[in-house]
Amino acid sequence: MLKTNKLSIMFGGLRAVSNLNLDIKKGQLVGLIGPNGAGKTTAFNLLTGVYQPTEGEVMFDGKNTRGLKPFQVTQLGMARTFQNIRLFANLTVLDNVKIAYHFHVKYSVAEAVFRLGRYFSEEAEIEEKAIELLKIFGLEGKKDELAKNLPYGEQRRLEIARALATKPKLLLLDEPAAGMNPQETHDLMNLIRWIRDKFDLTILLIEHDMGLVMGVCEHIYVLEYGSLIAEGTPEEIKQNPRVIEAYLGEEVS
Amino acid sequence: MQALRKQDLLLLGLAVVFYAIVQGLLMADIIGPFWELNIVLVGINIILAASLNLINGFTGQFSIGHAGFMAVGAYVGAVMTVKFSLPFIVALAGGAVAAGILGFLIGLPTLRLSGDYLAIATLGLGEIIRITILNIPYVGGASGFMGIPRLADFTWVFFLTIFTLFFIKNLIRSSHGRACISIRENEIAAETMGIDTTRYKVLAFTIGASFAGLAGTLFSHYFYIAHPASFTFMRSFDILTMVVLGGLGSMTGAVTGAVLLTFISAALASYPEWRMVIYSISLIILMLYRPQGLLGDKEISLSIIKRLTGGDSRAEN
Ligand SMILES: Nc1ncnc2c1ncn2[C@@H]1O[C@H](COP(=O)(O)OP(=O)(O)OP(=O)(O)O)[C@@H](O)[C@H]1O
Ligand SMILES: [Mg+2]
Repeated sequence: MLKTNKLSIMFGGLRAVSNLNLDIKKGQLVGLIGPNGAGKTTAFNLLTGVYQPTEGEVMFDGKNTRGLKPFQVTQLGMARTFQNIRLFANLTVLDNVKIAYHFHVKYSVAEAVFRLGRYFSEEAEIEEKAIELLKIFGLEGKKDELAKNLPYGEQRRLEIARALATKPKLLLLDEPAAGMNPQETHDLMNLIRWIRDKFDLTILLIEHDMGLVMGVCEHIYVLEYGSLIAEGTPEEIKQNPRVIEAYLGEEVS
Repeated sequence: MQALRKQDLLLLGLAVVFYAIVQGLLMADIIGPFWELNIVLVGINIILAASLNLINGFTGQFSIGHAGFMAVGAYVGAVMTVKFSLPFIVALAGGAVAAGILGFLIGLPTLRLSGDYLAIATLGLGEIIRITILNIPYVGGASGFMGIPRLADFTWVFFLTIFTLFFIKNLIRSSHGRACISIRENEIAAETMGIDTTRYKVLAFTIGASFAGLAGTLFSHYFYIAHPASFTFMRSFDILTMVVLGGLGSMTGAVTGAVLLTFISAALASYPEWRMVIYSISLIILMLYRPQGLLGDKEISLSIIKRLTGGDSRAEN
């Protein structure tokens, strides 16, 4: 599904991501962990086309994504959320999700302006699907509220719902539980596992909460100073001395 | 969805009634030539403000070169009717298409710029268009293009204004319009949602420019003349002021802004030196007390009017 080959990027003299090799199979739920500033978000930005790699390449679903813009990567079937939430803050919850359906819409600008043909049926369909998604995330009751007025945890859920509306094959989640309380975090993890099955997704998630990553992910990559220092199952990672030294410390023991 | 169509029909019906009343008053000479001229100007300004609002208010790209596109429409339309004796409706389409093509060509490179840079670039381009026209003797150069027949009248202006408003409203309330709005809200997020942001910026810019061209053709065919001095950056600022006054991102706001400013400037016609002073003061007051414009990004709609008129009992609680 996703394979990277010696993926690297330099910011000035800093190698924020260095020779990263990922190999993620269809249907997997994979974690990407590492201390602050390890390069996790930068890795996401490389995968999604926000940054072009200095070296190396990304193969997604059999295609090399070199030179593609973020919207083109999304159209190939890769969706993401942001560590610092980026909702359409002044639009309604419903519109946030509808916008993400946009590139699947078939009616033309002319059909929209003259309210012809597919306009009405497709708009009805978009609305119906958006509401369905909001239901899954427990947000349908808030569909007419402005996104910025939602509590933090709901904003994070809305961001995932919005990403799903693009109908991705691969979903990248950057610290989806950041700022959530333990109960919300627990529910979110169940939800993530559930949407993986229901939407037939592959998921790669960045997370700081160790318990959570270990609990939910089947495979884990550990980054430090831009380089991969370990990968494996949660059990293997827990016992990896390098990981314990670099990052986990007493958190795991 | 049926409700959508019903509301549109209702609005159209109201528009026709309004048209009939004004047209009746014009024919009965109750509205004299001075106010007739200003009513026509209101319509032209609504087209300009609504189309600039598509670019600035809905898509969030700060353009201030609208007068340039208006000039293109004014001159291209005039060339078509005067030099080629083409029917007015062809000239209208020609003016709009020419301005749209120019908007597309200019938009492609400049829309990569953001914020202040885009504003400066569009301002400069507007002036370049004007100065280019100034140096073309074929269209009259510095003395202007004279002898244009008055082919536009209240009827033309009114129905083209309604057409423009419906066009832009329908665009905004579609997935394509939501794509434009998402760029305004958060360009990175929009791009991440699979929206080709460059394409939609250029689309909004092109459509905005072509309606400015349409307004320009109406303008030159109502005032008998197209003169470079009519299309300076002061006109661009005028249009921008209408949009900001009414509220960026509000259709009814753009209409309100255009109506208010046109009538204010008509009322001040005998004191032209005060016009800019009052403009400036009202803008300063607005920015201090209501920076989002009179309507913000809200719309005046039939349902709100109904709520206001029929909701007295609720207001008492
Ligand atoms: N656009 C940029 N320009 C220069 N340096 C950058 C840029 N983006 C990230 N960096 C640097 O790259 C390094 C990795 O940053 P990144 O945000 O990827 O870390 P992270 O693993 O996501 O950390 P956190 O857990 O805090 O989110 C940091 O040192 C950061 O300062
Ligand atoms: Mg990060």
